[in-house]
Amino acid sequence: MSESTPGEKFMIGEYELVCGLEVHVELATATKLFSASANRFGDEPNVHIDPVTLGLPGALPVLNRRAVELAMRIGLALNCSVQPCTFHRKNYFYPDMPKAYQISQYDQPLNVDGWLELPGGKRIGVERAHLEEDTGKSTHVGGSGGRIHGSDHSLIDFNRAGVPLVEIVGRPDITSPEEARQYVTELRQILVAIGASDAKMEEGSMRCDANVSVRKPGDPLGTRCEIKNVNSVRSLGRAIEYEARRQIALIESGERVRQETRHWDETDGRTHTLRTKEDADDYRYFLEPDLVPLAPDEAWIEEVRASLPSLPRERRARLSSATGAPADGEAIMVVVERGQDDYVLAVGDHGADAARALVHVKEAFAEQGSEPRVPVADLARLITLETSGKLTATQAKTVLAEIVGAGGGDAEAIAAAKGFEAMDTSELEAMVDQAIASNADAWAKYCAGEEKAMGALVGAIMKTSKGKADGKAVTALLQSKRGS
Amino acid sequence: MSVETTAFRIADDVRAGRARAVDVLDAHLANVTAREGDVHAFNTVTADEARRMAEAVDAAVAAGRDPGPLAGVPIALKDNMCTRGIPTTCSSRILEGWKPPYDATVVTRLAAAGAVFVGKTNLDEFAMGSSTENSAFGPTFNPHDVTRVSGGSSGGSAAAVAARFAAASLGSDTGGSIRQPAALCGVVGVKPTYGTVSRYGLVAFASSLDQIGPFTHDVRDAALLLETISGHDPLDSTSIPQPPLQLLGEIDRGVAGLRIGRITDLPGGSEPEVEQRLAEAFEALAAAGATIVDVELPSLKYGLTAYYLIAPAEASSNLARYDGVRYGSRVEAADTNAMYMATRAAGFGDEVKRRIMLGTYALSAGYYDAYYGKALKVRRLISDDFARAYERAEVILTPTSPIVAFPVGSKVDDPLSMYLCDVFTIPTNLAGHPAMSVPFGTGAHGLPVGVQVLAPTLGEPVMFRVAAELERGVR
Amino acid sequence: MSDRISAETVAKVARLARLDVTPDEVSRLTSQLDGMLEHFADIDALDLASVEPMTQPYPLVNVMRDDVVAPSLDRDEVLAAAPAAEDGRFRVPPIIGLEG
Repeated sequence: MSESTPGEKFMIGEYELVCGLEVHVELATATKLFSASANRFGDEPNVHIDPVTLGLPGALPVLNRRAVELAMRIGLALNCSVQPCTFHRKNYFYPDMPKAYQISQYDQPLNVDGWLELPGGKRIGVERAHLEEDTGKSTHVGGSGGRIHGSDHSLIDFNRAGVPLVEIVGRPDITSPEEARQYVTELRQILVAIGASDAKMEEGSMRCDANVSVRKPGDPLGTRCEIKNVNSVRSLGRAIEYEARRQIALIESGERVRQETRHWDETDGRTHTLRTKEDADDYRYFLEPDLVPLAPDEAWIEEVRASLPSLPRERRARLSSATGAPADGEAIMVVVERGQDDYVLAVGDHGADAARALVHVKEAFAEQGSEPRVPVADLARLITLETSGKLTATQAKTVLAEIVGAGGGDAEAIAAAKGFEAMDTSELEAMVDQAIASNADAWAKYCAGEEKAMGALVGAIMKTSKGKADGKAVTALLQSKRGS
Repeated sequence: MSVETTAFRIADDVRAGRARAVDVLDAHLANVTAREGDVHAFNTVTADEARRMAEAVDAAVAAGRDPGPLAGVPIALKDNMCTRGIPTTCSSRILEGWKPPYDATVVTRLAAAGAVFVGKTNLDEFAMGSSTENSAFGPTFNPHDVTRVSGGSSGGSAAAVAARFAAASLGSDTGGSIRQPAALCGVVGVKPTYGTVSRYGLVAFASSLDQIGPFTHDVRDAALLLETISGHDPLDSTSIPQPPLQLLGEIDRGVAGLRIGRITDLPGGSEPEVEQRLAEAFEALAAAGATIVDVELPSLKYGLTAYYLIAPAEASSNLARYDGVRYGSRVEAADTNAMYMATRAAGFGDEVKRRIMLGTYALSAGYYDAYYGKALKVRRLISDDFARAYERAEVILTPTSPIVAFPVGSKVDDPLSMYLCDVFTIPTNLAGHPAMSVPFGTGAHGLPVGVQVLAPTLGEPVMFRVAAELERGVR
Repeated sequence: MSDRISAETVAKVARLARLDVTPDEVSRLTSQLDGMLEHFADIDALDLASVEPMTQPYPLVNVMRDDVVAPSLDRDEVLAAAPAAEDGRFRVPPIIGLEG
């Protein structure tokens, strides 16, 4: 798979990639968008149904205020303008569409003209983020692998019908599979941070479609295809890359790319034709007469804006200031994604070195979740022992493992129980000199520039010291004695 | 126990213990037995359910509890209003036998007021028509002359009151479907301001035009019914956030000082007797102290066109849900798409199909601006015309229907001629205003004529005042 | 005659509306719809350029409800009214020829 080097434009041969993502997000409300049935995943089929959900004759929609609030949160977190808006009917027939129309937003959506900033700083435009209702779910019986093709009949569950969705339409500013992955990953973190959705691609609460086209730089935009059925961030990257290459192959062989919707197949790693745009239904959009316009007032918009928590980008920046680590480096990305950044800062506030705290939390707290069990003071004490030289880095790791396992602990006591104490510098230097003397060959090779020869020396010193020597200090001493 | 009474008096007598609800019901059901064969007002007579409700009302009175302002009143409901556990067919094969799992809001409110439901009445299929001849279950005949139509689409509800099968009934009005049958059957029929009566549970025909309203023997009963069913409903987003209409105190205030509008450019073509009755109606109001003023509504003549583009467009979308998947009838097929096509072809009658086709076309890509888009603008013109007229008059008077009840079968082959029946009623729906039909004498062949009183948005109080005066003027 | 709407368009609209129509019906509908559209051409004469479309009879805005769960309909009652049901779900023939 291609990786893009930061600063270098992603190319496949002579072609550049143009990609826009459409992401549908299920909102974390208690009830559906237009009716009061429960919005819940995973229950028995057809137990969250009402006249509106089933499209019964005489049913009427009533808008869920909380869904509007969460949709506004999404818009504001993506730097959109919130504007007065209306709802339209999108008319088409499908068995999981109970009314044979979907209530959505058409030419006047709730949120417009925002952007999402990737960790490296590039902004991907967000054209709009609007509200619409979800469909029911069909399962296909009798075919192979549960697909429609060859099925005997299908069964429809309307639990999901009417669940509130926000559709986030990104501008085609994405130029590599890696950017697409970053976009979706960052978006997911934002959605979770603001409480709008649990955004789980595997469960379908976040769904991603990609529009992909290719062109030679300077040429007009190529014909784009829409790719559906991408169920993970990793698949997204693979699917975009596959599709781009497929289109390039067509163009290079003199054929034209047909504008169509294609289905990503994870097992064979290819996209397949689903339907061409020429066959598409005419949706006959018209203003939904059963609803009235929605115009959140300034006071409400400001209230929602003020209630937004710090977004991942701000939290990474804050952690970077406190630790000196790069905001888009792996440590900070991982720790913020886990929601452990406040914890790291708290450890720093306790007087311990924040940069060490970051490293330890990243490495040892994978299972801890956003509320780590280990008391802040306990980790702070351990780090202080380490940075003051009383424990080597290796020893600190061992003590930490025990603290994490027990959900807390007194670092000094544990270290003492293990017989850990760091060696003082002169003792250490004597040990290094002795190792140099006993391993003349290795020392000679190391002095000649063979970095790998250091390993033998370090190994010898660790053996002699029974692991008490601090590996970093040893390396530093060897380097200084060599004169490099 | 006589059926020659009013809902108001029935409720009064039952609440006071002077009459029993079961006796009132039995008298009306006897009438049903005697004449329903000729009239065919009902799709379903709910005699057992009615008896249960009447007994409950009588038990409440006996226990010293007030059953409500419609205590013991036998009421019929148009068969496009959802009644839980009772077939609601919209007079269509596609919903034949379908029993809703929920009640319409108006049904709940009537029941809470002590009403007794006699049955579900016949209509033009999905409320599309002006004669009830588009019913899949046969037409409803006019109780005044059973060789003629009862009007439509709420023909069954109008006939049920005219034939005294019920003391009152509910219909729905999208382009005149309450008012026109009221005129043809010689009863009072009211379409209230859009948004005053909840549409929750009313099977939608054209969402921005549909309203539920009452058929009654007299104006006072209509006021009573509307007070009971109107008022904000949180289940209907288009419901005006206001308490129920207050009308009973208004109706006897007379018309002195009121200005009654006469439309100078009203489309012609009414039968001469109808025009004569209208002139007499103006005279009666003038004699009672009102002033007649001329008003112009230059865009009124485009109302039919705007309506026959907007209503079918909304209907084509509202009726798409009848696909054989979740309820109603189904024609099995090899795949879902074929099932849709066959189910809908078999389940819908010709008029419904025609309007679905027209509506689908009016909304389709490339034609939206020319048809639906333009019609919405014409709607605005008509609304603006009314606004100007209502600066000069409190109400406007027109005939309800240009013609009296016509013979069964005489218009079925000419849809356009049928559409013209609604020329005076349609503009009200487009503007969202209230209007009501009051019986005012007879026309050709001694058949009933109705005069229509139109008022601005939420103008029901003044509309009822004028209607009550007209009623006095007839007597 | 049929200069406002063609039989081909009528057939296409019928497909869009999921109505099976025989060739006879297509030709009947074409002449009826053509006649209607001819009649409705009266609005073509109007100058509507500066007129705002009217979509709402009564001007309401911001009608919403609280996010509070209400009891579901009874599944058995609902499925009893379904044309075909299986395993607590609505059953349909293979879903072919439709977009989704």
